[in-house]
Amino acid sequence: MAAWGFALIQSLLYLALAPLLVGWVHKVKARLQNRRGAPIWQPYRDLYKLFAKEARMAHTASLLFRAAPYIVFVATWLAAAAIPLLSTDLPTAAMADVIVIAGLLGLARFFLALAGMDVVTAFGGMGASREMFVSALAEPAMLMAVFSLAMTAHSTNLASVVEYQLLGEPFLRPSYLFALAALVLVAIAETGRIPVDNPSTHLELTMIHEAMILEYSGRHLALMEWAAQLKLLLYAALLVNVFLPWGIAQSIRPDMLGMAFVLLVVKLALLGVALAVSETLLAKMRLFRVPAFLNLALLLALLGLMSHVILEVGA
Amino acid sequence: MSITLALQLAEGAIGLALLSALVSFFPATIRRRVAMPLFTLSGLVALAAGLVTLINGGVATAQLPLGLPWLPWQVRLDVLSGFFLSIIGVVSFAVGIYAPGYVRGFEGGKDSLRVLGGFTGLFLAGMMLVVLADDAFMFMVAWELMSLSSYFLVAWHHDSAANRRAAFLYLLMAHIGGLSILLGFGVLASFGGGFTFEAMRGASLSFGWASVAFVLAFIGFGMKAGLVPLHAWLPEAHPVAPSHISALMSGVMLKVAVYGFIRFVFDLIGTVHWQWGVAVLIVGSLSAIIGVLLALMQNDLKRLLAYSSVENLGIIFIGLGLALLFLAEGHPLIATLAFVAALYHCINHALFKGLLFLGAGAILHSANERDLEKMGGLLRRMPWTGFFFLVGSISIAALPPFNGFVSEWLSFQAALQAWQLEGGVLRSIVPIVASLLALTGALVAATFVKVYGVAFLGQARCRAVRRARRVPLSMRTGQGILAFLCLLLGILPTFFIDLINAVPREILGQGLSQVSAHGWLWLTPISQQTASYGAPLVAMILFVALVLGLWLVGRGARRVRLGDAWDCGYAPPTPSMQYTGTAFVQPIRRIFGLLFQISDGVETQQDGRRRYYLQVVDRAWGLLYAPIARWVEWSSRQVVRLQSGSIRTYLGWTLATLLLLLWLVV
Amino acid sequence: MNMALLSLLQQLIIVLAAAVMFSSFVLLGQVRLVAAIHAFAWQGFLVAMVTALVAASDGHGHLYFSAILTLGLKALLIPWMLHRQVRRLELDRHRESLSHPALVIMAALGLVIFSYWLVLPLVQAEMQFTRNIVAVSLAVVLIGLLMMVVRTQAVAQVLGFMSMENGLFLAAVSATAGMPLVVELGVAFDVLVAMVLFGVFFFQIRESIDSLDVDRMNRLTERTGDEP
Repeated sequence: MAAWGFALIQSLLYLALAPLLVGWVHKVKARLQNRRGAPIWQPYRDLYKLFAKEARMAHTASLLFRAAPYIVFVATWLAAAAIPLLSTDLPTAAMADVIVIAGLLGLARFFLALAGMDVVTAFGGMGASREMFVSALAEPAMLMAVFSLAMTAHSTNLASVVEYQLLGEPFLRPSYLFALAALVLVAIAETGRIPVDNPSTHLELTMIHEAMILEYSGRHLALMEWAAQLKLLLYAALLVNVFLPWGIAQSIRPDMLGMAFVLLVVKLALLGVALAVSETLLAKMRLFRVPAFLNLALLLALLGLMSHVILEVGA
Repeated sequence: MSITLALQLAEGAIGLALLSALVSFFPATIRRRVAMPLFTLSGLVALAAGLVTLINGGVATAQLPLGLPWLPWQVRLDVLSGFFLSIIGVVSFAVGIYAPGYVRGFEGGKDSLRVLGGFTGLFLAGMMLVVLADDAFMFMVAWELMSLSSYFLVAWHHDSAANRRAAFLYLLMAHIGGLSILLGFGVLASFGGGFTFEAMRGASLSFGWASVAFVLAFIGFGMKAGLVPLHAWLPEAHPVAPSHISALMSGVMLKVAVYGFIRFVFDLIGTVHWQWGVAVLIVGSLSAIIGVLLALMQNDLKRLLAYSSVENLGIIFIGLGLALLFLAEGHPLIATLAFVAALYHCINHALFKGLLFLGAGAILHSANERDLEKMGGLLRRMPWTGFFFLVGSISIAALPPFNGFVSEWLSFQAALQAWQLEGGVLRSIVPIVASLLALTGALVAATFVKVYGVAFLGQARCRAVRRARRVPLSMRTGQGILAFLCLLLGILPTFFIDLINAVPREILGQGLSQVSAHGWLWLTPISQQTASYGAPLVAMILFVALVLGLWLVGRGARRVRLGDAWDCGYAPPTPSMQYTGTAFVQPIRRIFGLLFQISDGVETQQDGRRRYYLQVVDRAWGLLYAPIARWVEWSSRQVVRLQSGSIRTYLGWTLATLLLLLWLVV
Repeated sequence: MNMALLSLLQQLIIVLAAAVMFSSFVLLGQVRLVAAIHAFAWQGFLVAMVTALVAASDGHGHLYFSAILTLGLKALLIPWMLHRQVRRLELDRHRESLSHPALVIMAALGLVIFSYWLVLPLVQAEMQFTRNIVAVSLAVVLIGLLMMVVRTQAVAQVLGFMSMENGLFLAAVSATAGMPLVVELGVAFDVLVAMVLFGVFFFQIRESIDSLDVDRMNRLTERTGDEP
């Protein structure tokens, strides 16, 4: 029961940290662009403001449009709760292995896209079409990347994968490196960052995620935004904790957890800097360059599997 | 309750189906009151028979007073038959409840309702007889009964030439397939020394002959199941039948083909080889990916659903291919896992495809529209159908916590055990198949976002749809039953897998012992360390969090203010400005363009208006069917030369044939 | 083979071999000539690194020499020469249009599986960790050939040819701890001379058919009637 309690606490931690990561990325980006930028807790203020505001909806919207923010938020949150953040002693990770996580993210995306198509504007449909297009190519790459980890660790349970990594001496595996590279590309595409999507644009030719939530306001928009921030943290946690798990607590003890928390914050901060730098350096791609980008991810993931089969397992 | 009782129940179900066929030819008042309830009851009894068999296990046989003098018809009910009998039963039950309301729409039309009811009953009886048959002779008779009666159902709206053409194509393909199956049985029978399945099981075949039998069976059953490249008839034939029949054909008849394949390969041939597994895997993945891409391109709702059946059968055959592969390589436990995944997907596909076809029928019933590009906003007009269709869409898109996800999860788990295989090439093929499966899943989600978004959300794009009315309660109930089962199989997989487990235990000699070893909350197919899925917990947490969220965030009198959609300061948006289905899939069409024959452009019509046209054609027509058709025409032209008109020439041919035959015989 | 049983150095060799395989894919998929030359240079660098590490782990001293030779020749000299020629031919902004890049990549993946299948009996014969790299090097050779088939640009074809040579070299290093030094030197000079000849050749082709698109060479056929 204690483990479940801790899982609840950890999932709340996800909720609390998600806006902070976005704020940090914005701050670093602003610094890189020689601006002072908003304080890093600005996303919290935005969320607070949006929750307090009145929600407005097009009269052509159906009930699904109202329900979608809640479903998107809850599904993303549940997916996040199954990824080890501080400790691998996590019953939610056994409840939802990595395929279920992909499924829950798919559920969120399904409703997000449907909500985009509900209002009678071309924007929503366009965003939904592009989102499904990008995800159709990203999902196989993501699953393949995770599969090469799962085949090494003989488990699809993320907590077990992380524990397998921590077992024994650290060693180099080409499949891990390929999977890492593939997962980074997928994460960029799935969380809608540059060069696939630009979270701060409102130009109809370029936006994907923003186009779908264009009609939302007030608390609905707050939930959608929060879910997007949560998704960024989810992928960040997946990357740092699966590929660089050192420091994560293997049981729930205060000293280990404290250590894990400090290391986690450091790792996430570094990842945030990397993201900000790459977003500053790169320009957004044309939509039809995205398949090449995601094909590269799929190629990397498949090469990861191949090198697992050929180089690591051998005869 | 014992297995013999189950067999009696099954025979009763067949009797009820035949009775319902008979009653359909009675006067209209009796027909309306009795025929469909009998059909429903037949489904229910079949379901009961199947469940009893699955729970009790065992085998029951009987002889029917029919057939040839030296080969009376043998019926046999075992767990495999029971499993498929329950699939037939459950969908027929829902369809039986749905049908009266739907068929009422045809009252007073040109097409005879007697014929419809009669062949529907025969069709159901044929399917049940196929799964009960215990000798090749009865199997083929039942198979033909199923094929022929469904041909008449496809050809029921025979006014339109396109429908007649589709029905003819269906008949043709069904017979080529039937011939192939017959030859396959012939190989087994000649080695086993008899037409009963019992004799065939005892046959010992060399690898070569076993492969011949396997290929014949794979072609025959694969054609019925609509596997690529033999799928082209399916999207022509299934949509033109009345929708409740489409539900039966796509949901159930395709499963009967799967039953035939399992019975033939896993049960009758017995020893399997890895090459077969690879062949089935490749054909299955091609069907999955090509099926879903073609489904995505369709704008006719029922055609889209039919193409999606091709895709789902592909997924089922991926599972069966994995099972063959692992079985041949000596990993029975993983083979069992893949086999269970395939069986689970069989039920799932029967449920959600049945549900979706019934939903399409409801739209057809109330708005008389099949073209997605004219729909829109139906969720407001038909909230219940809209809700059930949403459940079906989420299920088919393999998203948790619904049933489609469970079978996809099991298939992935089986594929992930590929590291246990010996051969390195096999070990690298299986993950690639898994990646194709993942791609398929993502594309299915895109397909059903398109379908649901265009049909049920937004605003109506034509008058008839704007005035669509609710469908009668019976139709909603039929959909509701299937939707509820979709959810039930999604959140309680351990119960159902425990039930299904009897099938691999009998066919493969082993069940999944670990599935519910950690309680009903945890689905652990191999071991808890390898993978687990707490489906009830996921569903419960989703539900609780949703309720909590709604209460916390949206509580009290915080109403939503309604206004116009954002119009960028220009003209207010109109329904015709919505994204269409064609526009939705444009990016995907562009990058997978190689797989289709696409012709598009802008043409100027006679009235001077310019119009964009787009045609996406299945490449199978150009690559496979057209050459064969040309060859058949060419060879028939050659044969026509014999027809000189002179009776003496004909007699001369007869004499020559007779002499040749006598020479051969002696 | 269990990765955990290998020393860190050996693990690094395997990682680098995988990177060589990846660089082959990059080379195959890269449509811009200059970037493709860079990818080729990286491949040469990685091959040199593998050679040096094999030398370090097995203690074959002469492999160090091979490594330095490879580094100098394949990672620096030849890329530099190609780069210069591309600039002189004013091709540095050239972009080739691959028809169906995804299909080409899939074919290359198929080649990887195929070469693995070919090498399999060899691998089973003797359990040495470098044996698995033979599969990778064979794949690099085959992908190089595939690149020569699908590319129409003469410079890109030369890159394909050179990467085939990389693959052969990698195979020699991993299978038999390198060829005898004399052979190696000979091959190295062959490659260099080939490179110089290619350079002359580029200009000749360009002068005679006014392009480096090798598909235009079908004009040289003696068959008449299908003149473009």
